Amino acid sequence: MSVWKKYGAAMLLLGLGVAFLAFGVGRGEAEVVLRKAANLCMECIGLG
Amino acid sequence: MGKLLRRLRRYLRTAVQFCFTALTNGYAAGFARGTIWKGASKQFCVPGLNCYSCPGALGACPIGSFQAVLSDRNYHFAFYVAGFLLVVGALFGRFVCGWLCPFGLVQDLLHRIPFPLKRKKLPGDRWLKYLKYFILVGFVVVLPLTVLDIVGQGKPWFCKYICPSGTLFGGIPLLAANPGLRAALGWLFTWKAALLVVLLVLSLVVCRPFCRYLCPLGAIYGLFNPIAFQRFSIDHSRCTSCGACQKACPMDIPVHQHPNSPDCIRCGVCRGTCPQDAIYWTISRSRKKAQ
Repeated sequence: MSVWKKYGAAMLLLGLGVAFLAFGVGRGEAEVVLRKAANLCMECIGLG
Repeated sequence: MGKLLRRLRRYLRTAVQFCFTALTNGYAAGFARGTIWKGASKQFCVPGLNCYSCPGALGACPIGSFQAVLSDRNYHFAFYVAGFLLVVGALFGRFVCGWLCPFGLVQDLLHRIPFPLKRKKLPGDRWLKYLKYFILVGFVVVLPLTVLDIVGQGKPWFCKYICPSGTLFGGIPLLAANPGLRAALGWLFTWKAALLVVLLVLSLVVCRPFCRYLCPLGAIYGLFNPIAFQRFSIDHSRCTSCGACQKACPMDIPVHQHPNSPDCIRCGVCRGTCPQDAIYWTISRSRKKAQ
């Protein structure tokens, strides 16, 4: 079985994932994640 | 020899689980001080369900991050986190659940405790296993996106009302070390603590009840199982359909029929048990053939 047949879907999704990642970073989503993750999330620990 | 190899393989997985948990929760001072790490590494997601409010957490939980971006009034989709999940899913599928998730490790350790009522699955398993997809769509996507406050912000519904990982790794250590937080205890913590206790007790009975029935991250990675680079194949010229794989599988999956079931956490117990050595990692076999 050719590599493309075996892993074609995984390769496509991997490529799509990298594109999504780059697009998300480009529009500032990583900063939103940092802002949320670097502050105590009261909801997450059951107090909010 | 075979038995020894199986035992070593089992310990290898536990060792990897411990090491990865320690590595991604390495801010030890946080546990003593009752605070969390605030460094730049927190903009990066870790693959497993690892609450970013755990005092030791050095990275961000992908499910929490996904809700955080969706809840932000400036965004309607979390491309950054979705991209991360696509990359990890396409590479590993639910291998992450079996080898890299801290809450999975806790459930695995509890399930090893001898208990008289051990079962392969809970009554209603056939329907209960779809609950995680409902939680994924409802609590992780739809509610954070649609239920907004007066300034247009949503909230992390899954983290707030369901996530036991946040209670165990975030809530309990922070409350233990920080008296100021203890003053804010209320009904929400009682609810989340009760849910955690139920899941921990259930872990004594069935293997990984949270992963099997409730985890939205497992639901996502499970969808990648059939196509991921890291997946199982069956050598049909060797398989005798003896059923030894299903008997050994902690998730009760008939691996010889469905090697890439969305419920498979890739623990690899079936591979070690198969008397015909008929279950193999697709990627490792292609390498062998290429050599």
